[in-house]
Amino acid sequence: MAFRAAVITFPGSNCDRDMAVAIERASGSAPLRVWHADAELPERLDFIALPGGFSYGDYLRSGAMAANSPVMRGVKEQAERGVPVLGVCNGFQVLTEAGLLPGALMRNASQNFICRTVALTVENSQSLFTGGYDQGQTIRIPVAHHDGNYFADEDTLDRLEGEGRVAFRYAENCNGSRRDIAGVLNAAGNVLGMMPHPERAVDTAHGGTDGLALFEGAMRTLADA
Amino acid sequence: MKIRVHVSLKPGVLDPQGRAVHHALEGLGFAGVDDVRVGRLIELDVADDTSDAALTEMCEKLLANTVIENFRIEKVA
Repeated sequence: MAFRAAVITFPGSNCDRDMAVAIERASGSAPLRVWHADAELPERLDFIALPGGFSYGDYLRSGAMAANSPVMRGVKEQAERGVPVLGVCNGFQVLTEAGLLPGALMRNASQNFICRTVALTVENSQSLFTGGYDQGQTIRIPVAHHDGNYFADEDTLDRLEGEGRVAFRYAENCNGSRRDIAGVLNAAGNVLGMMPHPERAVDTAHGGTDGLALFEGAMRTLADA
Repeated sequence: MKIRVHVSLKPGVLDPQGRAVHHALEGLGFAGVDDVRVGRLIELDVADDTSDAALTEMCEKLLANTVIENFRIEKVA
């Protein structure tokens, strides 16, 4: 059966097309495109992606408005039922604001917008999303954000590390994130949020293809399930 | 009823913006500034019978992110 993914577009999303291309390249099926105001998220989804961008112009806090948009009720319901949800950059901010992932993304410690390719360490290759990588592997993925400084209290950070829920760390901390955290998983392991953009590294013309393994690994794991 | 919601970063949460403003004040020659924290003021005009519980819920659900921020509700008039 064709892989059934959905990419959610909020007003101000700008990586939704790239995300759709990456998912199609890995799965062979073009994902459904869902608009934020759609109160009903399609059913029987295999995968949900929240793309990067600047939803609602980052009003109030990055991701705060999108987290309360109609479509997010469906995303929360399906996430609780175990449907895989990937949030990249602004999508990660939306997931923390929606309470699907712990912590918050604050202004970069340098105050600067950072747009460059960074090295990440794969901290947990056993997750649904990271099976395409080796444990401890270094990968190169672009970042492009102003609010990527991951914050959580010490108890939460200890719990995330203890439970293997840190998926990726920055090899060199570029934004002030606590414990160099670049991507985290929820307790059930079916929700991943990350600031770096794997969908921007799926073609040699992008300057690298290290992001493709994330999508291919996830699709393979889901196909085998 | 006019309401002011004061949103501020929790103690211990690094405030890069406040730090930059602090540096700028020092650059302008103001001595004796020990710390600067930048917050947000949100003014609401709500029905007079709006309950305190409803105001608190507005803050917890949207106006503040309680992972990193505290809020204080002030009734102006």
